Amino acid sequence: MENAISINGITKSFGEKKVLDDINLDIKKGEILGLLGPSGAGKTTLIKILTGQLEADSGNSVINGKDSQRLTGRDYSGFGIMMDNCGLYERFSCYENLKVFARIYNISDDKIRAALESTGLADAGKTPVSNLSKGMKSRLRLARVFMTNPKILFLDEPTCGLDPATADEIQKLILREKEKGKTIFLTTHTMTEAEKLCDNVALLNEGKIVEYGSPAEICRRYNHQKRIKIHLTDGTEMEILHDESAAEIISELIKNGSAETIHTTEPDLKTVFMELTGKELSQ
Amino acid sequence: MRNIDAVFLKQLKETLRNKTILIQFLMFPVMAFIMENAVKIENMPENFFVKLFAVMFVGMAPLTCMSAIISEEKEKNTLRALMMSNVRPVEYLIGTGFYVWLMCMAGAGAFAVCGGYNGMKFCQFMLIMSTGILLSELVGAIIGVSCKNQMSATSVTVPVMMIFSFLPMLSMFNKSVEKAAEITYTQQLNKLINGLGTTEIKAESIVVIVVNFVVMAVLFAAAFRKKGLE
Ligand SMILES: Nc1ncnc2c1ncn2[C@@H]1O[C@H](COP(=O)(O)OP(=O)(O)OP(=O)(O)O)[C@@H](O)[C@H]1O
Ligand SMILES: [Mg+2]
Repeated sequence: MENAISINGITKSFGEKKVLDDINLDIKKGEILGLLGPSGAGKTTLIKILTGQLEADSGNSVINGKDSQRLTGRDYSGFGIMMDNCGLYERFSCYENLKVFARIYNISDDKIRAALESTGLADAGKTPVSNLSKGMKSRLRLARVFMTNPKILFLDEPTCGLDPATADEIQKLILREKEKGKTIFLTTHTMTEAEKLCDNVALLNEGKIVEYGSPAEICRRYNHQKRIKIHLTDGTEMEILHDESAAEIISELIKNGSAETIHTTEPDLKTVFMELTGKELSQ
Repeated sequence: MRNIDAVFLKQLKETLRNKTILIQFLMFPVMAFIMENAVKIENMPENFFVKLFAVMFVGMAPLTCMSAIISEEKEKNTLRALMMSNVRPVEYLIGTGFYVWLMCMAGAGAFAVCGGYNGMKFCQFMLIMSTGILLSELVGAIIGVSCKNQMSATSVTVPVMMIFSFLPMLSMFNKSVEKAAEITYTQQLNKLINGLGTTEIKAESIVVIVVNFVVMAVLFAAAFRKKGLE
């Protein structure tokens, strides 16, 4: 299958600071790629470059066969871009906000209502944006993206700041878009989200992609990290490596009755990330 | 055309909720109406307040509205959202500019009614007002395009607007101010409005207005080249 997005050697510095360093990625049509990284890793910067809002120092990116720097209005109407810097009209209600764009895209009112409904904003349709919570605003941004039915979606932290139930709804929506064959490039700093949604994830740290693959594949690669977790009766917890020495330690603990529960832990993306970077992702 | 339409309708609806802009459209026509009816001084020229406020209106309302609308859309990133939805800058400017022009022409119509202009005088008055409104919009657009946010736009708008809207009035009292004011389009509009009904067309006024327009157009092109609508 051909690539919907291909990123070739993108490098970008702000002043002295190298924010992106030789990024290479390919995203196939119909794939969800998750770009994972801590705050300040350069995720938003990469989306800006891909969507032509920012110019890279070197390298290039091709979206739907077209160089990002040469995108025209017509190309943009095939994209859905959701980022914090895409503004909303504060004096307008949710409905009126969508209506502005519905006029531009020639979309019927039914679709506006459907988009509000699917993002859980049906009841807030008449509320002015200035009275919405942060989470509701990001849902409205998503509604705007979904409403126009784009082929490629760029979602910058789509569930950031949402409560778990709403985040779950949004993730379902994203998966539904994927079923329709959409290509989705999303950034996140929550591991569970990446594991749930993404076909492939790229771990971005200090401007470099330090790991790439499907979530399961990456975890398998770091299987040497398998550990045993023991809860002790005094309420503390200890972690030991899963090797020959483990048996001895455990039998000792059991003998003197200080072990409460024992279980093995599989590495998840979180632990992999910590091993790779020595840093913890937020959340 | 659909995009211009969308921008126009959006602005129409938005302004109804935006008191600071709405007030700009209403203030001077209402003031002219009140003053014309309330203040009676002997030997006062006919329609003194209508003419005075009409010129101030031209220098102020279109200018502040354009700069306020553009800079707010920039600050709130809604302009970017429009640009990323296949709205071209020129479509945005036409949609917004047409809206402001229409509202200001409604204000001009109110002045004309207040001054009892009809027939040829009415047409001349509206034509003069329309020219001034377009020029002021251009000035406002220059400010809106070059400033990053509302704060900086306001700090530039206020002095510029003062120059264009108050110089014609101040030049009634001071000869040297009057000389300096000659080069502004608003002072020339002021003269044209005061000479309303006379058939002679003053070449000097036309020249100054055209020169003003050319200068503004060049400044606008430069600002737009540099910043676009980002
Ligand atoms: N316009 C800019 N000028 C200077 N530095 C910038 C600019 N934009 C971003 N940066 C810097 O680039 C780095 C990466 O920023 P970016 O917004 O891409 O991070 P991010 O991965 O999206 O973080 P977050 O998870 O917090 O959104 C940061 O250190 C930031 O300070
Ligand atoms: Mg970011």
